[in-house]
Amino acid sequence: MTLNLTINGVRVEAEEGESLLDVARRNGFEIPSLCHHEAVAAYGACRLCLVEVTKGGRKKLTTSCNYEVLGGIEVVTESAAIRRHRAMVLELILAEAPESATVKALAAEYGVTRSRFAASGAGEDRDGCILCGLCARVCAEVVGANALTFRKRGDNRQMGTPFVEEPQTCIACGACAWVCPTSCVGFDEQNGERKVHRWKRSLPLAKTEKGHAFAPQFQLFHFRKLAKLEADFYKKAPGER
Amino acid sequence: MTRIGKASELAAYRAELLKKRPADAKVVAVCCGTGCNAYGAQKVYAAFAAELAKQGVKDWALRSTGCHGFCERGTLVVMFPEGMLYQRVKPEDVAEIVEKTLKGGETLERFLYDDPVTGEKHRLEHEIPFYKHQERLILGQNGQLNPESIDDYIALGGYLGLAKALEHGADWTLEEVKKANVRGRGGGGFPAGKKWETCRNAKSDKHYVICNADEGDPGAFMDRSVLEGNPHSVIEGMIIGALAIGSDEGFIYVRHEYPLAVKRLEQALVEARGLGLLGEKILGSSLSFDIRINRGGGAFVCGESTALMASIEGRVGEPRAKHINTAIQGLYNKPSNLNNVETWANIPLVINRGAEWYTSIGTKGSTGTKIFSLVGKVNNTGLVEVPMGMTLRKIIFEIGGGIPAGRKFKAVQTGGPSGGCLPAEKLDLPVDFDTLWNEGSMMGSGGMIVMDDRTCMVDVAKYFLGFLKFESCGKCTTCREGIRRLHELVTAVTEGRATEETLQLIEDLSETVEAASLCALGTTATNPVRSTLKFFREEYLAHVKERRCPAAVCKTLIRYDINEKCTGCMVCAKRCPQKCISGERKKLHVIDQSKCIKCGICLDVCKFDAVEVK
Repeated sequence: MTLNLTINGVRVEAEEGESLLDVARRNGFEIPSLCHHEAVAAYGACRLCLVEVTKGGRKKLTTSCNYEVLGGIEVVTESAAIRRHRAMVLELILAEAPESATVKALAAEYGVTRSRFAASGAGEDRDGCILCGLCARVCAEVVGANALTFRKRGDNRQMGTPFVEEPQTCIACGACAWVCPTSCVGFDEQNGERKVHRWKRSLPLAKTEKGHAFAPQFQLFHFRKLAKLEADFYKKAPGER
Repeated sequence: MTRIGKASELAAYRAELLKKRPADAKVVAVCCGTGCNAYGAQKVYAAFAAELAKQGVKDWALRSTGCHGFCERGTLVVMFPEGMLYQRVKPEDVAEIVEKTLKGGETLERFLYDDPVTGEKHRLEHEIPFYKHQERLILGQNGQLNPESIDDYIALGGYLGLAKALEHGADWTLEEVKKANVRGRGGGGFPAGKKWETCRNAKSDKHYVICNADEGDPGAFMDRSVLEGNPHSVIEGMIIGALAIGSDEGFIYVRHEYPLAVKRLEQALVEARGLGLLGEKILGSSLSFDIRINRGGGAFVCGESTALMASIEGRVGEPRAKHINTAIQGLYNKPSNLNNVETWANIPLVINRGAEWYTSIGTKGSTGTKIFSLVGKVNNTGLVEVPMGMTLRKIIFEIGGGIPAGRKFKAVQTGGPSGGCLPAEKLDLPVDFDTLWNEGSMMGSGGMIVMDDRTCMVDVAKYFLGFLKFESCGKCTTCREGIRRLHELVTAVTEGRATEETLQLIEDLSETVEAASLCALGTTATNPVRSTLKFFREEYLAHVKERRCPAAVCKTLIRYDINEKCTGCMVCAKRCPQKCISGERKKLHVIDQSKCIKCGICLDVCKFDAVEVK
């Protein structure tokens, strides 16, 4: 069913079940976010995608990523109050990830160039992680490896591996590093090994018949299992598979 | 145990019970609630059992009951039918009480309550100011029944509300609850009838009814006392709710830290099933409904509805956005009606005695009574149940007996960590949902912490922020980082490291935490800091501008000194854990500031007012 709503006074159409963030962005309205990715379900943790929604005469501030659009709502994506709250959220985040180019650039857009809060000082060392949970969600929802998880709660919250050990189900695919908004995971390939630094995972790479390393053996095993491929699938050249 | 096959047979069952227990039966009721248990109530109960047998007393029955509320004076022993109250009873007193009072009819003066203000002694429970001004609709039954006996509950009229609801049907029941305007006692104050209706109207093959017994506010224990003292009242409320909503399955989510409540609930469920009050075809009607107990691990955030439901489902107890509320999409994505313990306990009363009667109690907007756990710097601590709309002053000074040791009242914190602190000029406010909310505090689940002039309000704000930063689930930035940073900033104030800019930052950050957090834990977390900043700004400024803590609490900003009133008695020097007080006998003593840890023991032990704190 097609729904009609307005965003910043402009009438737009949306399908039932769509998120407000998706609808707004599709129509060219910019809304910042750090914990959202199209590949995974909305989570609502970073609080940057705040917008103002008026429904039945009642106005409220809400995150747009996990807000399913309704017909007749009026949405405002930028206001003095929204900017003020986003700036404060960015100041909090900047203190956790002062080195992140993405965070720095976004903060600057909201006039935040330095954070008044002391450098991290959290219960656990976060090392640039802003606890958006994207790595773990991609790992669970897209990759299916379930190698990462949140631990503890409140200001002691941490993202990491079960039992703080090398994650046994990690296939070193690098999806976590790819989606990380602050680039704090770290990922490289050297000497026939792929390493995911933050999780202390390293896996030997499989080689082609000509000796070129191309992917971790464990990753290929995982893919073969997921896609029910033949045992020698990756041995063959792409054209012969 | 035989099942009661029809609603009408319940009255007959009750009539049989009442024959065996006439209204003038002599009963010694020993409070075995959590507070009295801590005083050794179990031993007092055992001593009564032994002495009654030893002295051959046949005309007195003995009853172990739930919490009577007056925890300050435990162990409490009430003698019915007259209602004489003996307080602070110890096991070694029991032989004398049995011999002289139960057998001899003599009143033992030393066990009577003596008013700390007037010095007057009171014999009867209901004459004591602590009880006199209360209206104990919910808690009142606690003293009259054994929580492990369903017959006790039925004898007092229990499950008659359910029978009446079954007789009149679901529509009538829902209307009655709506008319009574019962508002949620868990903190939100949302009208229960409205929530029930939303849930019932949500189309689904399954509807759940849930009781939130994850009481977690520091100092609050009213839900615990209801569950431990009168579990059937909650169960009956839930069954009535299930009828009105059309549910066949219920959950009670109760803290693992309340083992006695869990035990009593389990037992109550078994007894209720045995009588056909729970399970298939309740009282022979078409209603089938059963309840399961789900124990929580003690995370404060699991009292939040969506986190609680996630936890029942076996997932991590983290809240989710409530764009669609849980009455429509809750547990396992099915319509789920969640109310707190006290709300459920109110339901049988509403049905039994009617909405009209119920709305005659309390105020127009907030009907009925509310239980508060009155704690802190107040003479009579304990659980008090009062009609909504009673002033703070009456609760604190008449029921609570005022501030101990002649100190001055400074503030009252209502609503737990999410509530605010109100100063003396707000004492005449009526306590109801809306008034407190408009003053920047809240009713919450009923915590009421009284503070005297030796309390530092900045320190109070720091305490609650410290509690919440640890209890936040940590999912969203504003709650996790925001509360942590607020705690950091307020700590800086208490340590004299802050400026007026810090206060501005506290206010700005509070505004964002309130506006942008995912669940109510975050959106209300700033109430303690904001309300203290609003009502006690001078005190913040003293810390910031003068590096001074007026209440002499913040350790970094205070020092202890000994003045010329010192007689050289040497008591402080002996008691000082740091051994940093020196001086000869009968000569002025001196504190070595470099070693002093500001524990305040010297101040407490000095009999000559010679220790000063500044």
